[in-house]
Amino acid sequence: MSNLDNNPNKPAKTDPQLTRPSLHTHLDQVLAATPDDGPVIGVRDGMWGPGYGSGDTSGFQGQHRIIQLNGNALPPFGGWFDDVADRMAALVPHFASRVLVWRDEITFVVLREKLLELVRVLRDDPALRFEVCMSVSGVHYPNLTGAELHAVYHLLSYTHNRRIRLEVACPVDDPHIPSVCPVYPMVNYHERETWDMFGIIFDGHPGLTRILMPDDWVGFPQRKDYPLGGIPIEYKGAVVPPPDERRSYQA
Amino acid sequence: MSEKTKPSFGVPGDEDVFAVAGEPAVDQAYLAAGNDWAQIIESQRERADEIIVINLGPQHPSTHGVMRLLLELDGETVMSCRPGIGFLHTGIEKNAEFRTWTQGSTFWTRMNYVAGIHNEAVYSLAVEKLLGVTDDLPRRGQQLRILALETNRIASHLTGVGANCLELGATSPQEVGLRERERILEFTEALTGLRMNNAYIRPGGVQNDLPDDGIDLLDELIKQMKINIPEIPLFMLDNPLFKGRLQNVGYLDLTACMMLGATGPILRATGYPWDLRKTQPYLGYEQYEFDVPVETSCDAYGRFKIRCDEMMQSIRILEQVRDQLVESAGEPYRVQDPKLEWPGDLTVGADGQGNSNEHIKHIMGESMEALIHHFKKVTEGFSVPAGEVYVAIEGPGGELGTHLVSDGGKRPYRAHMRDPGFNHVQALPIMTEGAMLSDLIMSVASIDPVMGGVDR
Repeated sequence: MSNLDNNPNKPAKTDPQLTRPSLHTHLDQVLAATPDDGPVIGVRDGMWGPGYGSGDTSGFQGQHRIIQLNGNALPPFGGWFDDVADRMAALVPHFASRVLVWRDEITFVVLREKLLELVRVLRDDPALRFEVCMSVSGVHYPNLTGAELHAVYHLLSYTHNRRIRLEVACPVDDPHIPSVCPVYPMVNYHERETWDMFGIIFDGHPGLTRILMPDDWVGFPQRKDYPLGGIPIEYKGAVVPPPDERRSYQA
Repeated sequence: MSEKTKPSFGVPGDEDVFAVAGEPAVDQAYLAAGNDWAQIIESQRERADEIIVINLGPQHPSTHGVMRLLLELDGETVMSCRPGIGFLHTGIEKNAEFRTWTQGSTFWTRMNYVAGIHNEAVYSLAVEKLLGVTDDLPRRGQQLRILALETNRIASHLTGVGANCLELGATSPQEVGLRERERILEFTEALTGLRMNNAYIRPGGVQNDLPDDGIDLLDELIKQMKINIPEIPLFMLDNPLFKGRLQNVGYLDLTACMMLGATGPILRATGYPWDLRKTQPYLGYEQYEFDVPVETSCDAYGRFKIRCDEMMQSIRILEQVRDQLVESAGEPYRVQDPKLEWPGDLTVGADGQGNSNEHIKHIMGESMEALIHHFKKVTEGFSVPAGEVYVAIEGPGGELGTHLVSDGGKRPYRAHMRDPGFNHVQALPIMTEGAMLSDLIMSVASIDPVMGGVDR
């Protein structure tokens, strides 16, 4: 760990040399971060199981893969992405820790303390005007220590016919994210579902109760450490395990 | 039940039968156990408390499946409406995380089972966007998808308007609706092999080409629908009883639609011509001529009329697709990538649907590599680059969106569906509070929720 940090060939995270000069004056304020390779969410070994000695006889036991999310995008992002990012940064400076541009979609990884302030301008500013939050969904990354739970917001602007994505992370030990219900009333059910499935507590939500699971359910079914369920099926002496316990391709 | 063993619920001072053990009684609960109506009415009169709480559902025939509405009624006026959903939650999103990308299609189609092909389409489009092959789909694949989508849209709208009429007590339009839907399901069966839960649209294309007599069947279907579907609006739209029940009922204006994320016919009934087929085209919808029907009444009547008009527009699209399919006959209908393409063509043989004899002959008798490839593609599937996408299409109910996250593996890391019905159920309280109980039934019918999609 410390060796890596002292590596002279690897620039420090705050190296000003890495901040590209940009025509867009405000973009520097969007990006608290510098280019990175994307967070590592897991490692996979072998084809069937974790490496040698696991019973994997496929011949690919030595296979070693690092599972990594997409890296940070640097401005300019292209097209109207820059206009939107510029305007967002001008109104709410330093709101994002990362910005991703992939498959013609832009994702802002928003700091959770800035979220409510940001969505307010996203909805109300004439140049942004994202009237509707179409969907809120959660994602659980058990290996991203300190940012295990993500809430993902998909915003739509009817006025400008644009879509953007906001992503807010919170640690599993402190699963609090401010509710955007005061700004986008339509996320009421969506936030309840995300609480129900992932256990993210949306502070300020008018009635954060379970919605799909029974009221007295224990646990959060969509988390990665929650089993799928199912029983082994026996047929003519052979036993087929439930889907989440069957061997599966690791690649 | 004898007088002695009859429970004494309903008498003031009784304990709250719905309270948890040890919890103090917070309200008077009445339990009708037979022969005790007079007693209940008497005790209710003494309390002079007019508000009663009614559970509409979860098995009520007019709630379109298993939805529970907790109503507070003052006489017949709805004072408060709280929808309770989740009775049909089947964990499809969680299940998809344990299956290959191709198998996701078979799960997704079971969400909103009335418009299953739309679910498959949005899922497949999302996987293709993750793969970066959106533009590689041959035109025949797009045309077959639009053929399946638009027939499915008509089937879904027929169910919606038919059920709406049935809830009024008008059974004939429902019969017309079911009859015409049956025709579509028969065509769908000829095209996909199945009436419902088709899994026809899959990542990389569609499952099989149009059958040999497909164009003839389509011609007959279009001909029949053009004659028969207008029967429903002809029966209903000018009927004074129908107008009295639907006009100014379930009012939701543009502001409220924006506030509650309402889309589809509900949004277009406010006069806003937002249709993703026009505003954010996919699958080459921009090449087809069709109109976006709008109404300005913001009520259940406008939504009914829009559904009727949209069916006629879908027929217009089908007529154009028909000509395109004749033109593109024999062209490939899947992404031309041997690592992605589902192996083999499905045909119907003496023992049911299965791989074509040519394909079986090839993998079993001619090429060892072809057998290996077949096996690997079916059991292992393909890898999808790490990243996340959101794709939205115009489903019969409104914006149908899929959020997919991939970690670069053979299975989705996270798959989420945004079903329009989920948002529309959320809009029920604002449409119904202050209205009559009978209007609530019409409001539910006008949003046409399918609980399989709402609960997923």
